[in-house]
Amino acid sequence: MRKDTVNKMELKLPIYLDNNATTPMDPRVLEAMLPYFVEKFGNAASRNHPFGWVAEEAVDYAREQIANLINADPKEIIITSGATEADNLAIKGIYEMYAEKGNHIITCVTEHKAVLDTCKHIEKLGGKVTYLPVQADGLVDLHLLESSITDKTILIAIMYGNNEIGVIQPVKQISEIAHKHGVLFFTDATQAVGKIPVDVIKDGIDLMAFSAHKMYGPKGVGALYVRRKNPRVKVTAQMDGGGHERGMRSGTLNVPGIVGFGKACELCAQEMEADTVRLSAMRDKLQNALMELEESYVNGNTEHRLPHTCNISFKYVEGEGLMMGFNKNIAVSSGSACTSASLEPSYVLKALGLGDDLAHSSLRFGLGRFTTPEQIDYTISAVKTTVTKLREMSPLWEMFKEGVDIDAIEWAHH
Amino acid sequence: MAYSEKVIDHYSNPKNVGTLDKSKTNVGTGLVGAPECGDVMRLQIEVDDTTGIIKDAKFKTFGCGSAIASSSLATEWLKGKTVDQALEIDNMDIVEELHLPPVKIHCSVLAEDAIKAAISDYRTKNGLAAI
Repeated sequence: MRKDTVNKMELKLPIYLDNNATTPMDPRVLEAMLPYFVEKFGNAASRNHPFGWVAEEAVDYAREQIANLINADPKEIIITSGATEADNLAIKGIYEMYAEKGNHIITCVTEHKAVLDTCKHIEKLGGKVTYLPVQADGLVDLHLLESSITDKTILIAIMYGNNEIGVIQPVKQISEIAHKHGVLFFTDATQAVGKIPVDVIKDGIDLMAFSAHKMYGPKGVGALYVRRKNPRVKVTAQMDGGGHERGMRSGTLNVPGIVGFGKACELCAQEMEADTVRLSAMRDKLQNALMELEESYVNGNTEHRLPHTCNISFKYVEGEGLMMGFNKNIAVSSGSACTSASLEPSYVLKALGLGDDLAHSSLRFGLGRFTTPEQIDYTISAVKTTVTKLREMSPLWEMFKEGVDIDAIEWAHH
Repeated sequence: MAYSEKVIDHYSNPKNVGTLDKSKTNVGTGLVGAPECGDVMRLQIEVDDTTGIIKDAKFKTFGCGSAIASSSLATEWLKGKTVDQALEIDNMDIVEELHLPPVKIHCSVLAEDAIKAAISDYRTKNGLAAI
């Protein structure tokens, strides 16, 4: 057999299909970072010696790489420790900065906890927050969004792509509605940047949070994009100190992390298009094959969706039990309560109107740059086998097959 | 969280999966849990009329690996016991045997509930008071 044929058939285990949780770092990113730990260790804020200059130069370059990916100006990039901090800075920072204008924020129920819990905090401070429901496909209703705006509204915070179901919100239309009413638009684009084209000018974004470790960069570094003109947006710093990052985020810059973030952005800019074609083809193959199983349901809109994500409920089997059938070799995640600290099933899936039973039965597949077709074939086979095996073991499946109305049974909730 | 070897073993090779004829008077069926809560167990016992010994036990479970293992273990323990002996099975025995972590104790509680529900059903079918 020829060598390339052998390589093609080689299956690499374990398979990582949880790229929405975090991505492996691209070796090219690590290579770019390495000199900045020992050799070029300077503080980018040290203005008076070469150690500082070298670090500052590296940060400036990375900031350009980051800005280029989203069509921003490097001065508009505020480096943070990640997307959670950027979400906090955006929402709390706008709430404080624009207190004279109003105290009302509009967001939606399927946002990441970093946005939802920050909004809860705003409510404790006396602010008003509207949590928009989503439609059955996960998209926000634009009419409802517009009619929720009041003369006190200062910010609309709607995510770009959802982490659990991959649904992409109509960001451009949302920003148009916001601006029509003189309201700022913030988007948590953690899952979208580096995966699909995100352009802060075309999309009309005023503030945007994103993170390096979701796009093959290092953990512990992210950014908040803050628009500098039309309009000039300002946020009140939430971390006081040396006045770094144009006074919006103090703290010595994480130079190797930022260098890695920059490199990750550059690679995404170069490879996103090809990755999208490859990943969406594999994702669709996986989805189509798994949908051959009876009583399986894709969660969320499939037309407006991140190319690497799909979320499927396999009715009558429980997600954690399902993962146990293959989690030695395949890493995915589930909306099942058993996998969460709160013992509640996924609030995102529930927001789509799914019953708790379907939320418990869901798996999220997140493909990534290093996913191979052989891994997808293996996953299809393993998931199908396990679903079938567990259904043979499921009393609910037996009842369904016998035509028993499971919803009519009076279950003892525990 | 890693599962104990015993949980993995019961999950991979579950004992006594299946269905007994629930119309028979010597078969008791317990169905506990709820789909909304993410676990449903159905546990059945078949009692020898003359000796009062549980001669067969079957289960089907919708739930996580620990729930499947708890019910599989329960059916193993039930076989050969009298109904009264079966009532003595405590959820903490299951926790100990399977090394269940605190977040999975409810799986063992559910298995104990399923045993009691199956026995209750058997007793009422045979003119005795439910437990």
